[in-house]
Amino acid sequence: MSTLKVLIRKEVLQFKRNTFLPKLVVVFPVMMMLVLPWVTTMDVRHVNVSVVDNDHSTFSTRLINRIAANDYFTLQSVTTSFDLSMQQLEDGEVDAILEIPKDYEKSFVTGNLKKVNVSANSVNSIKGSLGNQYLVQTLSGAINEMRNSNAPVKNGELIAIQNRYNPTLEYRNFMIPGLLVMLLIIITGFLPALNFVGEKEAGTIEQINVTPVSRFSFTLAKLIVYWVAGLIVLTLALLVIWLVYGLTSVGSILIIYVAAFLFILVISGFGLIASNLSSTMQQAIFFMFFFVMVFMLMSGLFTPTESMPKWAEYLTYILPPRYFVSTMRAVFLKGATLYDMRYNFYALAVFAIVMNLGAALTYRKQS
Amino acid sequence: MNTSTLAIKVSGISKSYGSVKALDNISLDVRRGEIFGLIGPDGAGKTTLFKILVTLLNADSGLAQVDGLDVQKDYKKIRSRVGYMPGKFSLYPDLTIRENMEFFASLFGVTVEQNYDLVAPIYSQIEKFSNRRAGRLSGGMKQKLALSCALIHKPSVLFLDEPTTGVDAVSRSEFWDMLFNLKEQGLSILVSTPYMDEASRCDRIALINNGHVLDIDTPQNMVDNYDAPLYGVKCDNMYEMLKKLRKVESIANCYTTGEYHHIVASKEFDVERLIQDLTDNGLKNIELKAVIPDIEDVFIKLLSNEQQ
Repeated sequence: MSTLKVLIRKEVLQFKRNTFLPKLVVVFPVMMMLVLPWVTTMDVRHVNVSVVDNDHSTFSTRLINRIAANDYFTLQSVTTSFDLSMQQLEDGEVDAILEIPKDYEKSFVTGNLKKVNVSANSVNSIKGSLGNQYLVQTLSGAINEMRNSNAPVKNGELIAIQNRYNPTLEYRNFMIPGLLVMLLIIITGFLPALNFVGEKEAGTIEQINVTPVSRFSFTLAKLIVYWVAGLIVLTLALLVIWLVYGLTSVGSILIIYVAAFLFILVISGFGLIASNLSSTMQQAIFFMFFFVMVFMLMSGLFTPTESMPKWAEYLTYILPPRYFVSTMRAVFLKGATLYDMRYNFYALAVFAIVMNLGAALTYRKQS
Repeated sequence: MNTSTLAIKVSGISKSYGSVKALDNISLDVRRGEIFGLIGPDGAGKTTLFKILVTLLNADSGLAQVDGLDVQKDYKKIRSRVGYMPGKFSLYPDLTIRENMEFFASLFGVTVEQNYDLVAPIYSQIEKFSNRRAGRLSGGMKQKLALSCALIHKPSVLFLDEPTTGVDAVSRSEFWDMLFNLKEQGLSILVSTPYMDEASRCDRIALINNGHVLDIDTPQNMVDNYDAPLYGVKCDNMYEMLKKLRKVESIANCYTTGEYHHIVASKEFDVERLIQDLTDNGLKNIELKAVIPDIEDVFIKLLSNEQQ
């Protein structure tokens, strides 16, 4: 036991003495939580719109005002011909065109409603389709308003929509629990892997290997330091989220820590495998990077796993972050309990065992 | 303490890395309390042998014992009895001298104070820099620190893999004095070096090349057993002369070494005729003398015997 203490002391000493790592542990989570939730957003705002007004009626003026007033749109121009607006779209000044046909307002009265033409640049498919939708919504809102002022018949208010767990539909709230996962992957997966390979590169591992110190306590001592660092980073990030965004976990914070610790075990075990298989820092970084890319894009961090092709969805079941991401979101936003999340916890526990066993096996092959 | 009279016993050790044979059936014994030198060029297999003996590497075949213990079966016991100083500086550069010492001492369950007497002659030389980080020390100081760390648990056998490589001549000489002191205190020392001139400071040496032993003896015996006439020759144009000398039939071998070319003569060699020959070929200021062979000459001779 005292050997472990000596080893931990040495790791802490080296950690503190490193010119970069202690800063990383403080600055990294704070910066990540301050900046990334704002930019990793899929909310589409400020769609540049050009309106082709062939009608010049009260309605068309009202519609144009509505668009100009809406935060989702920026009214770029009002033109008199579609070709003119199309030119602007091709130049990239405009994302979507709304063409109001001639005598549109009159067609309300005749009952033979003319068609409004909406075209959007869908190179960025999300911006295009959402821009289209917003325009259609604004248009139908304007039509309803028009009808209401003319006739007392109401429709459209029969449906009530409630967005549960994220009432304002903030994409940020969806991203934040996911970003916490990223943080832990980097601090408790990357750093220990690099530390181990660093000892290999420096040759210090040889000097350690001729002492009676067992490989197990040597490894454990290193991991304990990074486990603690991971939990500190998580705590800092949670504090920032609370102070800056006013977002706190709906579910028990204890469950979050338990899940995080299990995940830390998984990912540090994974880092160990990476370091066992590589003999230089470069190799380890590439190894880790490849898998981190897969983890980020396939574990439901940005895109729901359910909307992937079936084969890819099945593949996600072997990615440990998938279970952690969904646990974090469920606990953080929905207040899920330990019991609700039990299958995720089982999965993480199994991965923790598999990864660390893998680390032990890949090490043996070396000597 | 083991009562075996041998500190290290190596018999028939072989080790290959893929198709490269690093060690080919090596056998040697190191007695207790002697400084045993492994002398050989880079790539001779010295480091591989060290790694096998300090239990970092398993041999493909053969037996090896350190302090009477088998390197494969009793590797755990061996690790607490040997001190190992690898060829490459491998202490923690971000820890200070004192921290490195204390760290390695506590890994063996001792304190620096407990074994201070043993390391004192070496450690005292760097102690005044004890708060300096190991990475910022000069080559000689790193070497002293590494030796101190290898000694701090009072090992019975000390393994030094090329300890003097990259260290200046004065520090090298000092280092050998330190080794002599340690030997006086009863330590058995296996030391490797590519420098032939250091061989004479060992009690016994093994000359190795390409993974096998050329000869094992005391340095004095090796030199005494040198059985061919050896001459040194120099002139104005050393390179031209070397080309000429290589064509002379009565010369078994000739090679460059410092100021003189050394000539290993065969039986029908005639000094007068050679000088005449060289003068006829336009070489001036020829100086030829008999020289006493050193370990390098022995090594080259053994090497050329083997190649024939």
